[in-house]
Amino acid sequence: MNEKYINTGNKDTRSGFGAGLLEAGRKNPEIVALCADLTGSLKMDAFAAEFPERFIQCGIAEANMIGTAAGLAVSGKIPFAGSFAEFVTGRVYDQVRQVVAYSHTNVKICASHAGITLGEDGATHQTMEDTGLMRMLPNLTVINPCDYNQTMAATLAIAEYECPVYLRFGRPSVPNFTPAGQKFEIGKALTLIEGSDVTIFATGHLVWEAIVAAEILEKEGISAELINIHTIKPLDKKAVLESAAKTGAVVTAEEHLIAGGMGELIAGLLARELPKPVEFVAVDDLFGQSGEPSELMKVYGLDAENIVKAAKKAIGRK
Amino acid sequence: MEQKPTLREISSQIRRDIVRMVNMAGSGHPGGSLSSTDLLTVLFFDQLNHSPKSWRRDGKGKDMFFLSAGHLSPVFYSVLARSGYFPVSELATFRKLGSRLQGHPSIERGLPGVHVASGSLGQGLSVACGAAITKMLNGEKNFIYVLMGDGESEEGQVWEAAMFAAHHKLDRIIAVTDWNGQQIDGPVSKIMNLGNLEAKWNAFGWETSVVDGHNLEAIAEAYRSAKANSGNGKPKMLLMKTEMGQDVDFMQGTHQWHGKAPNKEQTEVALKQLKETLGDF
Repeated sequence: MNEKYINTGNKDTRSGFGAGLLEAGRKNPEIVALCADLTGSLKMDAFAAEFPERFIQCGIAEANMIGTAAGLAVSGKIPFAGSFAEFVTGRVYDQVRQVVAYSHTNVKICASHAGITLGEDGATHQTMEDTGLMRMLPNLTVINPCDYNQTMAATLAIAEYECPVYLRFGRPSVPNFTPAGQKFEIGKALTLIEGSDVTIFATGHLVWEAIVAAEILEKEGISAELINIHTIKPLDKKAVLESAAKTGAVVTAEEHLIAGGMGELIAGLLARELPKPVEFVAVDDLFGQSGEPSELMKVYGLDAENIVKAAKKAIGRK
Repeated sequence: MEQKPTLREISSQIRRDIVRMVNMAGSGHPGGSLSSTDLLTVLFFDQLNHSPKSWRRDGKGKDMFFLSAGHLSPVFYSVLARSGYFPVSELATFRKLGSRLQGHPSIERGLPGVHVASGSLGQGLSVACGAAITKMLNGEKNFIYVLMGDGESEEGQVWEAAMFAAHHKLDRIIAVTDWNGQQIDGPVSKIMNLGNLEAKWNAFGWETSVVDGHNLEAIAEAYRSAKANSGNGKPKMLLMKTEMGQDVDFMQGTHQWHGKAPNKEQTEVALKQLKETLGDF
């Protein structure tokens, strides 16, 4: 293993978004923010306090929020519209399709509390379908950063990227380990660990779990390559194909259903261009339930232990 | 010097365009297009602050128009072409493969005059709200117009937007409802009764007026009055009482022609009732 990743302290990715939004707002006066009565949860309050005229409270009406964001974008603003992931995807799918993706409006859809780690609120609020819904839409870029620093960097990057974007992040405090101020290149996968026996493609909260898994595998004499797929769409096909060709076995890890997730995207690419065994660490056709985030990750198999098992299985299928 | 056509002459030609476009495409929505012809003619040829030849998608320095009821594309495209946004001859491509004139308006192929795709109903007023906020933040004194159908008001999002516009005092939004009383399945009163539509908008904090949507002078006066009252903190809703299929006798006042194309014989009958004033495309 060629590098150690150090947790500099647990932080939530939504706070990385809030910090990024504030900084982006200071850099560019055309940036506006919209929220549907979840300003505190989305950590948009600092932006709202500093730029009250550029913060647009929409009330509990997400469909109108997406349409309003599209109107702001058409007329030259850069709107960041935020709510829980479920409410800016499933609840407003048609709005996102018509006036954001199909209409090429420069709207940033900011989705907090994504995945099962929303925790105690339970399955009504835990979406594990959102990546699939969003990546099916032409023109839409889908980004799922892994920690506080990367979410902040991603927020700054999408502010300067004239395209509709879906930015997915979460509620729980998780290890913060990527370098502060690291440049975020949309669409460019990051190789975190180089290896030769198996490649783990991870996204979001599962990247840290994959680091832990790679350390366990290394102790057992298995050399795992770890690649952080922070941009799910457009997928860095070159990075995926080169690593899969090198290691010959693949594991994908994400806080999402198998259906529509990053794993299916990578498996589809490999099926077409370079067939290799693929194992999914993701949730198979289930809704979530109430519980503490860390408990839920374990119960639904979204942890280092399961990544280790999947890696061994994939290698065994070579 | 060539004499400027009257608004009545323009609206007659637009109605001919609508019937011919829908007939040539073999599909489309003539009924609501004919009911909203007069209110759009007055807007685009008399009231709107626009510059068709140098139209910009961001609407900078100009009024902006959003068609929320996207199925009214025949009248929208004809009005755009006849006011100079793109060549009138392009109307012949309506709904054809590769055309900029998609069945419902789209921005994909860059048709001047279209800011955002519409067709899935109930979304245009929200988009108009966003544009109005941009104008407000930029200190631009332009107006934002949006055309909706009455049946469209059954969509919940319309009322989310109604609440939002009033709350944020977007008093330069001038919304127009083509109140023809018909939707695909039948009369609005039978399908989903809107009740007292004017009272509903009033209750949401809007300034409203009910207008004869086929009286060109009354329509112009309604726009003038709405503009004069900008600054009162209230968004404006002009409820235009119209007839579906207006000016084509067999299409008039029925939902049957909401989304149906006339055949060759029916088209001939219709065109005999609509004077060619500016030359057919």
